[in-house]
Amino acid sequence: MSRLPEGGRIDRSRPIRFTFNGHTYQGCAGDTLASALLANDVRIVARSVTYGRPRGVFSAGSEEPNALVQVGSETMLRATQVELDDGLEAASLNGKGRLTSEPETARFDKIYAHCEVLVVGGGPAGRSAAQSAAQTGDRVILMDEQPLLNSDSDGLPSNVRVLLRTTAFGLYDQNLVLAAERRADGGRLWQIRARQVVLATGAHERPLVFANNDRPGILLAGAVRTYLNRYGVAPGTRGVVFTNNDTTAPLASDLRSAGIAVAAIIDIRREQAIVDTDGDDDGLRAVTLAGGDRIECDLLCVSGGFNPTDHLYSQAQGKLRYDERFACFRPDGKLPNVTVLGAANGEFDFAIQPCWLVPGTNGDWSAHFVDLERDVTVADMQRAVNAGMRSIEHVKRFTTIGTGSDQGKTSGINEVGLVGALTGQPIGGVGTTTYRPPYVPVSFALMAGRNRGDLFDPIRLTSIQPWHVAHGAVFENVGQWKRPWYFPRHDEDMEGAVQRECRAARENVAIMDVSTLGKIDIQGPDAVEFLNRIYTNAFDTLKVGFGRYGLMCKADGMVFDDGVVMHLGPDHWLATTTTGGAAAVLDWMEEWLQTEWPELTVRLTSVTDHWSAVAVVGPQSRDVVHTLFPAIAVDTQSFPFMAIREGETGGIPVRLHRITFSGELAYELWTPSWYGLALWEAVMAAGQPLGITPYGTEAMHVLRAEKGYIICGQETDGTVTPQDLGMGWIVSKKKPFIGQRSHRRGDTRRADRKHLVGLLPVDGEQLLPEGAQLVLDENTSAAVTMIGHVTSSYRSATLGRTFALGMLQRGRERFGTTVYVPLNGHVVAATVTEPIFYDRENVRRDS
Amino acid sequence: MLIPCPWCGDREDIEFKYGGAAQIAYPANPDSADDAAWARYVFFRPNPKGKMAERWVHSAGCRRWFNLVRDTVTHEITPTPAAEERR
Repeated sequence: MSRLPEGGRIDRSRPIRFTFNGHTYQGCAGDTLASALLANDVRIVARSVTYGRPRGVFSAGSEEPNALVQVGSETMLRATQVELDDGLEAASLNGKGRLTSEPETARFDKIYAHCEVLVVGGGPAGRSAAQSAAQTGDRVILMDEQPLLNSDSDGLPSNVRVLLRTTAFGLYDQNLVLAAERRADGGRLWQIRARQVVLATGAHERPLVFANNDRPGILLAGAVRTYLNRYGVAPGTRGVVFTNNDTTAPLASDLRSAGIAVAAIIDIRREQAIVDTDGDDDGLRAVTLAGGDRIECDLLCVSGGFNPTDHLYSQAQGKLRYDERFACFRPDGKLPNVTVLGAANGEFDFAIQPCWLVPGTNGDWSAHFVDLERDVTVADMQRAVNAGMRSIEHVKRFTTIGTGSDQGKTSGINEVGLVGALTGQPIGGVGTTTYRPPYVPVSFALMAGRNRGDLFDPIRLTSIQPWHVAHGAVFENVGQWKRPWYFPRHDEDMEGAVQRECRAARENVAIMDVSTLGKIDIQGPDAVEFLNRIYTNAFDTLKVGFGRYGLMCKADGMVFDDGVVMHLGPDHWLATTTTGGAAAVLDWMEEWLQTEWPELTVRLTSVTDHWSAVAVVGPQSRDVVHTLFPAIAVDTQSFPFMAIREGETGGIPVRLHRITFSGELAYELWTPSWYGLALWEAVMAAGQPLGITPYGTEAMHVLRAEKGYIICGQETDGTVTPQDLGMGWIVSKKKPFIGQRSHRRGDTRRADRKHLVGLLPVDGEQLLPEGAQLVLDENTSAAVTMIGHVTSSYRSATLGRTFALGMLQRGRERFGTTVYVPLNGHVVAATVTEPIFYDRENVRRDS
Repeated sequence: MLIPCPWCGDREDIEFKYGGAAQIAYPANPDSADDAAWARYVFFRPNPKGKMAERWVHSAGCRRWFNLVRDTVTHEITPTPAAEERR
């Protein structure tokens, strides 16, 4: 054991058992995994990513490049940051993490906070900044990535909120700071908006670059003092110090007080150097000095200077300059509402002789490690420079220096110095690479927080949902909605169910939950003028008590959405939209109303969720409606296609619309959502003697496609005009509307545009895949020109065959001709038809 | 990024939707525009490095559209004069 008999900020009365690579060890409360491993004489913690070289603990903080471990499902953790916990099970990683396929069980949360002053870093500079900021009564947050502050947090005023184990990893616009808090059972993602951010993030010690500088037992000098004084651990028995500055001065006495022999202090400033090291599978055994002397040792404490920790400052576009005196990059100029203090600001007091490279004994640079995590050596850097690279960014990408999960905290500035040395540029001219968030690795689980599984995205359900579940519906996602896809009976498959549901709608009576349709209530004296401008067709001729199908285009003349617009009363309208397009259509309408047409007095309200809607479809739907609403005359003359009636059945208020999306005689019954389930059940009861059949979205698609009714977003994709769809009849020539002028552009009037067509595979059993490409040439062995694609494709019970809709160049000139659909390894022929397969004369619709 | 909604004050950018370049008015008489002029209105938008007038809508708040000037390099936002507020 290398635990010192006394000292340190650990609790020796609380032993903690843990395992590492299957072996059981004991540490103390207050240990990190790294300090506990050193206390147990475990020198090799991991192997390096490329060369598999043994590596040990190198630092005592988040800059650790070597000691990467796996703990449970969490991977690529730094042993220097893992707090020892009873029963902890850790394992080595060889430079690469292992993802688990097990679901995450730890709990991650997001938390928001606001404060006047946020101090990042709880060292002396940060602590005193927090203390003085608190005197004004401001809300102050002081955060530090360590589990304890350097000095006790007692004595800080109560308006200072102290967050420990919390690493600020990103500084964004207007002082938004993201920070990761480590907790026993997971973590918390802090999102803090601060008026002032104080960066007191200290400095990272950097190593010296010499041959075989990566052996276990070689540690940063400051880290050695941390292990001795904070953790009461001796990381070796016989130590050598290798330095170029006088911050290492207190180290020798620290080592000696811990009983570690100080074999030598090698100081670059005295023209001394370590030119090589020697070791075995357990790490360092000896160092070789310039001049050839060999010194036995198992601990080498290295210091090459200090790099102010300016990652956050630099992320926020703060500029850095090279400071010759302290051989470091430090903040230059100011960022608004950001202050950098202490060592992070380069406020040092030491003497240093910069040294970027210590030559070896034989001209070989392949074991001079610059980036330990990435296994990048001086030889790799020479190759980059010899290949002509001068920019630090190019060298970084060529060598991968600084791209490891440690973000090059110990290697980045050495890289800058080496590029300067190898290319003969001044270091200040080389500059640093760009610092990007996150400052430390952040797990996806932390970023996701509770937004996973059922909480990943809101789930929208209609009021009729419980009935669908109880009756075995299979659901599909439509936007955030869950919609019944089909209702299988017994062991029926999807195809069987859909065919049966379609037959019921065509021959008998069927029922569908259409509550998810987008619904926008439109009121105001200028409502009709507004609708006229939004839709391609006119609404000023539509009487109260009727609905009309409408199509809308974007300014480029391309179809955007469609739906039925109902005229409910004087200055009162209601527009339905596609289920997926409701929010976008409302946004679109508001944009025009507010930005271009502020003179119109119109109010728009989304009422999608206010109404439940039940479609009653099929030749016998009239009987069902009559049973439910005996007071309403339902004959064709009294209640014609597109008419609206108000009614009531069994105490349920209902608005009836004679609307169809199947081509059959059909009604949509709307009721306030509270009544939705009751209305559905009432319709089911009334329809039971007729064998009323519930159907889902798949049958709906088949039925509407048989009629050639488009679905915006399926037949259209933002490049399709109404004329392309053969819907010129809905485009008014008498009044202006959005997109109208674009229909006269040369491009939208091209004769070779794609048109909506029907497609009948010659083999009526062959189902064309949606998205399949259409070509003219049956021989597809050479390159062929694609002249269209399949947009919708189904098996039709009514037609007794498969059919499809598609967009085809000059499609309307090709009716009756054959096109070909190249599939995986074979070609399918299909006949081009008009895009309507059923009841061309609308006899059934209007019956 | 904090966006100053003229009605609700400073809010996080996730509450807003971006509406593209502002102050590109719908031509008063589209029919009199030739193809080139119309295409310029429909398809051409500025993409400056620096200050840009933009439309935003506070979609998760008051649902009002408004204008602001944003520096595309620094994200510094300066509200536009009230007269131009919505267009």
